[in-house]
Amino acid sequence: MTAQTISEKILSARSGGKARAGDVVVCDVDLVLGTDASAPMAIGYFERMGGTRVRDASRVVFALDHYAPPSSPSTKGFHQQVRVFAAEQGVRVYEVGEGISHQIAVERGLAYPGMLIVGADSHTVTCGAVNAFATGVGSSDLAAAMLTGQLWFRVPPTIRVVLDGSRAAGVAAKDVALAMVATLGSDGAEYHALEFSGPAANDFSLDDRLVLSNLAVEAGAKAAVWRTDSVLETHLARFHNPGEPVHADPGARYAREVVLDLSALTPTVALPHSPENVVPIAQAPDTRIDMVFLGTCTGGRVADYHEALAVLERGGGKLADGVQLVVTPASSEVERQLAADGTLVKLARMGATITMPGCGACCGTSGVIPGDGMNVLSTANRNFKARMGRATASIYLASPAACAAAALTGRITDPRSIA
Amino acid sequence: MTNHHGRARRLGDNINTDYIIASTRKKESLDEHILKRYLLEAVDPGFAASVQTGDILVAGANFGCGSAMEVAATVILAAGIPVVLARSFARSFYRNAINNGLLAIECDTGDLLEGDAVSLSIDASGTTITNERTGRRETHPPLGGIAGDILAAGGLVPYLKREGRFAPAAPSPE
Repeated sequence: MTAQTISEKILSARSGGKARAGDVVVCDVDLVLGTDASAPMAIGYFERMGGTRVRDASRVVFALDHYAPPSSPSTKGFHQQVRVFAAEQGVRVYEVGEGISHQIAVERGLAYPGMLIVGADSHTVTCGAVNAFATGVGSSDLAAAMLTGQLWFRVPPTIRVVLDGSRAAGVAAKDVALAMVATLGSDGAEYHALEFSGPAANDFSLDDRLVLSNLAVEAGAKAAVWRTDSVLETHLARFHNPGEPVHADPGARYAREVVLDLSALTPTVALPHSPENVVPIAQAPDTRIDMVFLGTCTGGRVADYHEALAVLERGGGKLADGVQLVVTPASSEVERQLAADGTLVKLARMGATITMPGCGACCGTSGVIPGDGMNVLSTANRNFKARMGRATASIYLASPAACAAAALTGRITDPRSIA
Repeated sequence: MTNHHGRARRLGDNINTDYIIASTRKKESLDEHILKRYLLEAVDPGFAASVQTGDILVAGANFGCGSAMEVAATVILAAGIPVVLARSFARSFYRNAINNGLLAIECDTGDLLEGDAVSLSIDASGTTITNERTGRRETHPPLGGIAGDILAAGGLVPYLKREGRFAPAAPSPE
């Protein structure tokens, strides 16, 4: 028996063979995630493939997350097309305002250890935080998975990401994730899976793990898998299905190992127009910020808003003149918790614009689009030119705490300096 | 034997799918024949209007990174561009290209300049890419396995219409 990585084990179990890095395998897919941005095309491919029935509707989920609320007549049309198809096929639809597909999959227990998950959204990799192999595909592959229940994969070699040392106060999971992308480079994990390990791994909460898995695709990773441990077991205890924990074998072969020394990290920012353009905030050019965006599948969870609110309150709670603060929770469950604990009303009193849960302003498909020449500091994962819908805006990426600090000062600011 | 002759349209590294076609454009339409007007607008607003049928996109590393959106592949084909040459591709774009019958070939693109004449000859033994200006040739073996079968069928739709499912891969030796 050859020792295997977590990814090799999951792809072996789902292909019924012994999968090793480099093999091409056909796998049964456990969960298929579509969105309003990808499912409409997938339905078209499905029909052109001759599809009449989805192979197993219980394994397919659609989330109406990119156009929440629908921003045009055509996006309303996409929603209707998805609803009609889903009703005919018996597929579950998470409605407008319920949240982002991969956030829903994790927080509602649809994703659990040992699963093979495909989603027509590149940030499906986020679900790797629950010890699953989760990867993004296009609409045609989504259609094939709906039609056949299967998909083909080249088994990726795995890069082991070793988390070592302890984070200083004020250093967020987002800072670790940006450092990881900068260390790997924007194509450094292309065609590879990441597997997180190391003495500090257990210090990462589930929310922290979601951030690292999420950003992994900005280094090109196909999947970004965490182990099952006490942190994950605590999350899974809320659900019926604890899944099948998958552990890497001792002696499993890794393409390489990347060590992240957490004790060396400080609050960071990714400068335009690439997430790998990472510098410590202390070394970033002094930059005016016009809009602060707290949201997305990277930075739109409960802990993120608590971190941001703590900085805002510590700094007196008054937004800098001219700064627009936009809050878009990643899901209705996040929104519900923030409403219940008073976070939302506090943010609203400070002047935040609070929008419907979903992808929001991240890719310019819904929500607040920055104006010409604006500088945006965002908790999101991508800062490509024109990403938020305006080519002349510049997007900077940072942690929720650093975003909150900028909302107070109107400049890119180290959150540790807010007393 | 298939041959392509085209004009190189030179791009750099890390051309993400939002640059190929902006997410904001596809909220109005998914029709690639409409979207092609905005091809690569974030890189060069005049690009779409300058495309001639048969042009070949030539890029550096990590072409198609970012979002997995499939319009990034269909819009290139709709613009009349049948081939993308790049030093490397992001995996989701690469799959989408194969699934739609867009030729995406990993090769050394370092010496190809904007406007260079490029020829491709494709047969059972592989693909040969020739830079007509310098005469440099590079030959790659054919894409094998399921991906090769999908591309040979003309994409995932004709492949699945014919096969009904993914043909099981040969088991790897223990």
